[in-house]
Amino acid sequence: MTQQQPILELKNVTSAYGRIKAIREVSLKVYPGEVVSIIGANGAGKSTTLMSICGVLHPEQGEVWYDGVRIDGLASDLLPARGLCQVPEGRRIFPRLSVEENLDMGAFFRKDAAAIDHDKNRVFQLFPILQERRKQYGGTLSGGEQQMLAMGRALMSRPRLLLLDEPSLGLAPLIVQQIFRIIREINEADGVTVVLVEQNANLALKSSSRGYVLETGNVVMEDSAEALLANPDIRKAYLGE
Amino acid sequence: MEFFLQQLVNGITLGGVYALVALGYTMVYGIIQLINFAHGEIYAAGGYMGVILISWLFAQGFPPFVCLGAALVLAMGYCALLAMAVEKLAYQPLRQSSRLSVLLSALGMSIFLQNGLMLTQGVYDRAYPTEMVQGGFELGTVMISYMQCIIVGVTALLLVALNVLVYKTRIGKAMRATAQDKTMSALVGINSSRIISLTFAIGAGLAAAAGIMVGLYYGSVRYDMGFVPGIKAFSAAVLGGIGNITGAMLGGLLIGMIEVFAAGYISSEYKDVFAFIILIAVLYFMPTGIMGENVDDTRV
Ligand SMILES: Nc1ncnc2c1ncn2[C@@H]1O[C@H](COP(=O)(O)OP(=O)(O)OP(=O)(O)O)[C@@H](O)[C@H]1O
Ligand SMILES: [Mg+2]
Repeated sequence: MTQQQPILELKNVTSAYGRIKAIREVSLKVYPGEVVSIIGANGAGKSTTLMSICGVLHPEQGEVWYDGVRIDGLASDLLPARGLCQVPEGRRIFPRLSVEENLDMGAFFRKDAAAIDHDKNRVFQLFPILQERRKQYGGTLSGGEQQMLAMGRALMSRPRLLLLDEPSLGLAPLIVQQIFRIIREINEADGVTVVLVEQNANLALKSSSRGYVLETGNVVMEDSAEALLANPDIRKAYLGE
Repeated sequence: MEFFLQQLVNGITLGGVYALVALGYTMVYGIIQLINFAHGEIYAAGGYMGVILISWLFAQGFPPFVCLGAALVLAMGYCALLAMAVEKLAYQPLRQSSRLSVLLSALGMSIFLQNGLMLTQGVYDRAYPTEMVQGGFELGTVMISYMQCIIVGVTALLLVALNVLVYKTRIGKAMRATAQDKTMSALVGINSSRIISLTFAIGAGLAAAAGIMVGLYYGSVRYDMGFVPGIKAFSAAVLGGIGNITGAMLGGLLIGMIEVFAAGYISSEYKDVFAFIILIAVLYFMPTGIMGENVDDTRV
């Protein structure tokens, strides 16, 4: 796998909010077809890393490469059409658009109406509750339903690289399992590459091939998922042992 | 009773026009939280473009409906471009600045545009060729002029078209999404600058149509015609719940009704005062307006 060209590469990326640097010289590589986890404590810089990839935050230093193209400095609205899509922290459902309109927004840049319909039906198959709630405002869904809608909206863009920021946050164990089953499914069946940011390090690493550990804005460790799961320091710090 | 019905018809006519202008305030506020003080001047520019075009076309011997239709379309297009230029020059560079800076910039633009209109068009009233559409009919005891029919018809058509645009089309959904969460809308591929620009253009188009309607209704326009109706339409938007599209339409109709009835039953000298009394009362007693926060359904 490492012979391939990475689909995503960060080279020494430093990003700041005002004068406070939130991540420093973060480097990471993600190869096509992988599921890669980024784990770390609160405030470690995980969300900042994803926002720096998506152009919501423009890095002060360093480079972001996606699919052989340098994308730091590009406007974030140009990325979905290239297959790069994020489900951000807190889901960010459009509260006063209906469930169906939220899904339509996921396909905003697409023109292929028939294929969009097909994808919408697929989302409804994955999450039947969304079909039931089709006409309801996104903001009136429960937390779990909103997470499903956020995933569904992301799938509507036919992503090639999907960035997920804490998809399990605040959800009941059963729903978390369902969400992770779907993550594995789109990875294995559709070949979507996934970057997974999680507090739930155990669950994340078990679904991943590799992982990065962020600590106060720095990458402090990078290894295969099994090695990280077996590492006593990681077990102590992030797996609650 | 007869007088009441007559005033009702007049109130609907005027209220529809306020609704058109109020929509521009509310949509721009909904998307960038700016009270666009220059909006009244866009409406005045539309009124002038209308009189220039209609007079010329009518003098060429075109039938009234062609004059009106062509003038509407061209003036709306002209004002849409004008508003987009204003947004690019005066508001967009201040996107990261405080809201007060943008507000002051809007105030400056209002003065600039009004003076521009005065310099190029003069300070005197300019008459609409209202002889173009004459006569009317009686409905029971109420007299309705054909001109009023045209005004109400065009207004209703535009209000329906706007609703379809905002609630049924892909671009309308993108406008609402942008108003609700700009970061997320960028993450799904929506270019928010373009959507903001479009919002200004749509609001300006409606205001231009309103300017022409008012010119036809009162028979003339003047360079400072945008000021008072601008504040009234803003009051209407606040009354409806600023940022709320249905609210702006309702608020416009209400303000128009109140103005006409107050003029008819209380005193026509003070008719302008009532809109401002309402503005103050709404801000004081229910700042979220009638369709405000609690009735969330139709906010953009
Ligand atoms: N908008 C912002 N303005 C200023 N500082 C911010 C902003 N967002 C994040 N930060 C700071 O940047 C640092 C990294 O935050 P980030 O959100 O990336 O952490 P995280 O790893 O995602 O944490 P969590 O697990 O709690 O979501 C934190 O110290 C945070 O306080
Ligand atoms: Mg985070």
